[in-house]
Amino acid sequence: MFRQTKRRALERKNFGREINRNLTYNDRLNLYQIPPIDEITLDEFEGWAIDRLKILGEIDSSILRNRTVAEIEKIIKPLLEIYLPFNSNHYSGSSSSDRDIQLEHERKKDHYSHFILRLAFCRSQELRTKFIKNESMLFRIRYNMVDRVERMKFVDSLDLDWELVEMDEKEDLREKLVVCSGHEFSEENWSNIKNDSVYKVPFEKVPELVENRRVFIRYGKAYVPANLQVSLIMNEFSTRLERALEMTARAMPRLDEDERIIPILQHLATSSVLSADYGEAGDVNKFNSQKGDIAATEVKKLVRHFPLCMSNLQTHLSLDGHLKYFGRQQYGLFLKGIGLKVDEALKFWRLSFSKIPEDKFQKEYRYNIRHNYGLEGGRKQYRPYDCKSIINQNATPGPGDHHGCPYKHFPIDHLINNLQQMGINDKFDLNQIRDFVEKKSYHIACTKVFELTHKAQLQGKPLAETINHPNQYFGLTLEP
Amino acid sequence: MKYSTGPLPRQPTCSTQTRPLALDQVSPEEMLQFYQRLFPYRYFFQWLNHSPSPSPDFTHREIAFTLQSDIYSRYNSFKGYEDFKKEVLRLNPLRFEIGPQYTANPRDKKLLRKGAFRPLTKELVFDIDLTDYDEIRTCCSKTQICIKCWQFITVAIRTMTLGLKEDFGFKNIIWIFSGRRGAHAWVCDKRARELDDQKRRAIAHYFALSRNGTTVKKRMNLKRPLHPHISRSLEILKDDFQVNILEEQDPWETNDGENILLNLLPERNTELNKELRAFWLDNPGRTSYKKWKDIDDFAKKGVQKNLSTKELQYAKQDIILQYMYPRLDIEVSNKLNHLLKSPFVVHPKTGKVCVPIELDNYEDFDPEDVPTVDQLLNEIDSFNKELNESKDEMADIKISDYEKTSLKIYIDYFAKFVKSVMEEEAEIKKTFSAGKRSLDF
Repeated sequence: MFRQTKRRALERKNFGREINRNLTYNDRLNLYQIPPIDEITLDEFEGWAIDRLKILGEIDSSILRNRTVAEIEKIIKPLLEIYLPFNSNHYSGSSSSDRDIQLEHERKKDHYSHFILRLAFCRSQELRTKFIKNESMLFRIRYNMVDRVERMKFVDSLDLDWELVEMDEKEDLREKLVVCSGHEFSEENWSNIKNDSVYKVPFEKVPELVENRRVFIRYGKAYVPANLQVSLIMNEFSTRLERALEMTARAMPRLDEDERIIPILQHLATSSVLSADYGEAGDVNKFNSQKGDIAATEVKKLVRHFPLCMSNLQTHLSLDGHLKYFGRQQYGLFLKGIGLKVDEALKFWRLSFSKIPEDKFQKEYRYNIRHNYGLEGGRKQYRPYDCKSIINQNATPGPGDHHGCPYKHFPIDHLINNLQQMGINDKFDLNQIRDFVEKKSYHIACTKVFELTHKAQLQGKPLAETINHPNQYFGLTLEP
Repeated sequence: MKYSTGPLPRQPTCSTQTRPLALDQVSPEEMLQFYQRLFPYRYFFQWLNHSPSPSPDFTHREIAFTLQSDIYSRYNSFKGYEDFKKEVLRLNPLRFEIGPQYTANPRDKKLLRKGAFRPLTKELVFDIDLTDYDEIRTCCSKTQICIKCWQFITVAIRTMTLGLKEDFGFKNIIWIFSGRRGAHAWVCDKRARELDDQKRRAIAHYFALSRNGTTVKKRMNLKRPLHPHISRSLEILKDDFQVNILEEQDPWETNDGENILLNLLPERNTELNKELRAFWLDNPGRTSYKKWKDIDDFAKKGVQKNLSTKELQYAKQDIILQYMYPRLDIEVSNKLNHLLKSPFVVHPKTGKVCVPIELDNYEDFDPEDVPTVDQLLNEIDSFNKELNESKDEMADIKISDYEKTSLKIYIDYFAKFVKSVMEEEAEIKKTFSAGKRSLDF
């Protein structure tokens, strides 16, 4: 960021108001060494960043769910096409001039969104680590997408102190290089190495390859064959990013800001899937039952489609004939979200509060229910709580409370009991969920439970998205 | 500590006619005498400072003392060697250890913000201790050692030094006898000193045969093909295995021992293993040397149909490595801020000085020959006595106390080593400032 201001100042001095627009994007892979300097609108600023966050958020939950790189690629590639297209120079979509404009735009968006998120995620070590992890994975996915020529061009452009091993030296070390690739020596294995590039780098650059004895090392240089160069580049990518983020963090307080950007950055960092792990409420209507309204009497039939946090509330409502305030709020707004209209809601709660006399109900509860539907007081339309608010709410459930997120608030044994009642009995599955809970990845645990209880519907495939809203969970169960 | 002559006869290089060592401890008075008259402060300073005049390399270095009262005093640092010597004489510690150079003076640790005080550099160190070989050693156990089991250390020095030099390109490596039953390696190259934790860990694991520590209780099943470092080590260790294990240690002679051996052979060759067991039962008392040979003989005889020769060969390679490959204490090497006992301190239990092991002659090193404090003090006395008796023109020449003793060869070697460390440092500084100058123009 220092560089940015300095550069801009320099340009102003030398060329008046003309800003250097010659920053063209010849390659689609970007190591983000040069900060962007063009002006963009606030809308672009926020929109581009959010689009990139959607990708990073998905990567983050995929990594948490121990998906392999191949699996993550499968999930991310279609998302990339929507949010961050990544087309090669040979891409033939439209006429050549249109194509150039389109490619320029794609790469500009990639470039800018990366730097905007750097600003949003540089402020704490935790955010930085997470950002680096997900950006590195994104980079890896893209690196795998480009062809060999592009890769070589990219590597050359990095200006690394890598040294290409000459054929003479390769010949001298042939047995050792083959053996280090994990194969017994044979002419065939040798020709594979002979025909590909091997780089000599200081061993400090590839600690994990040294640690696992995966490379040949001589006189302080590690000999890295083609198939391991990804790890080398990834390492380069993440160390450079780490350094840059630390510098950004130090420069942030001195940012000459006009109060438009800071709130956006704060919003990006705090409300993103990445930072808190839980998504925004988003569009409630998205989760509304497609089949229309629900009658008070139908609720009980639908309980088996509810996420555990809601079915648990229903269980206790039936058992006790009552729910405390926070439970009523959480469950009532959820039911509103799935299509229970206000009249039906009043009916539902009246029937459920079996132990409450009629006049007490009218006096104490009716107002509240109508209030949630925007018919009393401030007449505000309230949205169902998303996972983030349920998990992070200030009102930690005490004795007699049944609201909250079971994955977070239940004692682990109690949670396991509940899961077993839901039909999850496999030890391996239960242990996996337990791990997620221990890692505080509650939404991932919930997603896992969804997958396990909807095997037939999903045909054994993992869910493409992560659960971050109870109404989303409900909506997904009803999908064909 | 008696020992029979091994295959390579070793001659003691200095007289051992001192009075028997008090088994318990070195007295505080003797210790103080040693620190007053014999400890090489100046070379110690130059070694850590890398140049003649004090720099943060030394002044920000942590020295930790273990006092006579067993109190452990950390985060001490010193302005120079006089300062350091004064404090050592004041405290008369049992021993002291060397930590890393920090970003600031360790004495100011408490005054600094948490993040502002962190370790910067330290030599890359390795620690090998014979107690880790207890499951193999038949000659001694626990704190005892003899020249037979010292061979494990000798072999470790050979294997490790070769790897450090050829693979990692390090030059300034010094091995220090740890005072009782092991040795420490200090890699003093600038490049090694500047490694962070992750890279130290990488190197430590590179040299560790297995992640979970080496034992002979389980088959190793090392990954094939062997990494060049491992196969090179195997080549080195093969001959030592013949002598040290098969002949000297003879670990499989007993019934328990032969079970360990059989357990390490491939499970699949059930018939071979059965035949061997039966044969050894009928012919008790066969030495390890013979039993090792029996394996091949029986395999050739064809007692095992569908014998996997390759698997057997791999298992035998693994066994050689399991018995002979250096057993490192990885934790010591892993961390930048790990403390390690300084060279030339006195081991309080044995009275022996932690002397360097000369790399050109490390094979002849015998811990038995290492001088003890009271031996050294006697040597000074008898030297002075002779000098007084001969009262001639020689008397005026000043001779340092250490030069009167058998410690001289060790200090001379250390001085030579320190000189080469300082020379490397000066060379780096020169190229650095030359590069800087050319940038200026």
